[in-house]
Amino acid sequence: MNAIELEHVNFTYNRNLPSAHRALDDISLEVKSGGITGLIGHTGSGKSTLVQLLNGLLKPESGTVRLDGIDIWAEPKKIREVRFKAGLVMQYPEYQLFAETVEEDIAFGPKNMGLSGEELDRRVREAAAFSGLGEDLLEKSPFDLSGGQKRRVALAGVIAMNPKILILDEPAAGLDPGGRRDILGGIKRFSRESGTTVLIVSHSMEDMAMYCDDVIVMAHSKILMHRPTAEVFSRAEELAAVGLDVPLITRVAAALQKNGVDIGLDVYTVDYAVGKLREYMSASRAPELP
Amino acid sequence: MDIIKAEHLSFTYPGDEDTKPVQALKDVSFSIPEGSFTAVLGHNGSGKSTLAKLLCMIALPDSGRLWIAGREMTADDTTEEDILAARREVGMVFQNPDNQIVATIVEEDVAFGCENLGIPPKEIRRRVDEALAAVGMSEYARHPSYNLSGGQKQRVAIAGVIAMRRRCIIFDESTAMLDPMGRREVMDIIERLNREEGITVLIITHHMNEAARADRILVMNGGRIFADGTPAEVFGNPLRMWEAGLDVPQTTELCWKLRADGLDVPLDVFDADECARILAEKIGGRR
Repeated sequence: MNAIELEHVNFTYNRNLPSAHRALDDISLEVKSGGITGLIGHTGSGKSTLVQLLNGLLKPESGTVRLDGIDIWAEPKKIREVRFKAGLVMQYPEYQLFAETVEEDIAFGPKNMGLSGEELDRRVREAAAFSGLGEDLLEKSPFDLSGGQKRRVALAGVIAMNPKILILDEPAAGLDPGGRRDILGGIKRFSRESGTTVLIVSHSMEDMAMYCDDVIVMAHSKILMHRPTAEVFSRAEELAAVGLDVPLITRVAAALQKNGVDIGLDVYTVDYAVGKLREYMSASRAPELP
Repeated sequence: MDIIKAEHLSFTYPGDEDTKPVQALKDVSFSIPEGSFTAVLGHNGSGKSTLAKLLCMIALPDSGRLWIAGREMTADDTTEEDILAARREVGMVFQNPDNQIVATIVEEDVAFGCENLGIPPKEIRRRVDEALAAVGMSEYARHPSYNLSGGQKQRVAIAGVIAMRRRCIIFDESTAMLDPMGRREVMDIIERLNREEGITVLIITHHMNEAARADRILVMNGGRIFADGTPAEVFGNPLRMWEAGLDVPQTTELCWKLRADGLDVPLDVFDADECARILAEKIGGRR
């Protein structure tokens, strides 16, 4: 079952004006349910436009967007339902907090969906736990929290709406390595335990390598590739050609191959590289068979 | 000469009814020689940005002494004039490109700071042209500023600081919101300003690869200086960096883990090609 399906989707900003700009050019895409997918591409490649199409903030000029097999624009009046289904956490969401307490802020979304009482309370508490916020923080003003905690409140507010698909735009930008691990680790746990499909937009290739099952690469308003993470990063030259990077460790693997030590090009985490190098060393130490 | 010298600096954010005061800097001493390139690392809340605020004279320390370009900022007889003079020595480029562009045309934005300093128009014209050339944005001089890419906007912001002839520029996570290409553009410009123009540079960053390009790394933790040394010295002790909630470049982590296998590999190589060459030599590549 696919969580997301796009068929021949086109989108143009300022259509019919001299400043018209095609942001999505005949995009077709399938994202399976339950996994974590990364979306990468340089500035202006069409990532943000794609994300806004997925939760119905933008309407495609042509083509179909399906979530869970249902065409989201089949009944335009029901687009509000779609927005509940596809939760979007924008960049720097901590600037969007507004309520007097953390609890009220997290509860805002589910309340607007019509929830109340025990169900609402349960959702808020579960979402706070997934986002790594202690119960003791719920009564505090969100404005007294640190930047990392504020961001987790914003994330919890979307998780509490129990979306089928969670879309995050640069969820770890500006956080230190520990903060990045906390928030991305929480998102991964949430996805695994709830079966929610997650789409992460990021410029951090190292984070993508650590947390994503597969990666979509966008360039010039089209999809350049959509493959398992290891395979995407093994195509370093193609990524470089569209202004993207691969993790430093992947570049080490490529350079090792040029120096005669072949541990493959699909290396994207340090631990995997260490394992591969150990295999290589024990193989080269083994006595030659007669 | 030291462009910045700090002795026993402390700073506390005052609390109010609901919040307790937070001591952000505790007894911090260091100096920054003119023409150097320093990276400041530290997890969120470690005191990095507070330090930057003090160095730009946006805030004054509670105790300790601070000198900017030889002038003391913390003496009893420090005047408003001294502080204004210090602000003319140290400039700052912030994180969000959209928050620091004020004019609708690129060259007007670069001129903004100079205009406020009351510099004669002819001189401003010359400085703006030079500054735009220094960041590789000359051809965009008359372009509208709003539809530049993030990396281009940061370069325009840097040009504005260069045009004001700051001797020292502090970059507070200035690449955090940029894509890989934008990040490289901005880092290359920063490095060139330091190496070729002799501008003293301080970068505050969460990217270990960027910090590895500096001459020196200051690590902040809990409001104190936790480590201070060359990238080789600081990253050469990965356990200590992990203890401070930080990372080391992946090349260092790889070599550190391989040392457990008895491989004698260096921890201070941050370039992928160089790291691979050394590893291949130690392991013995099969061709």
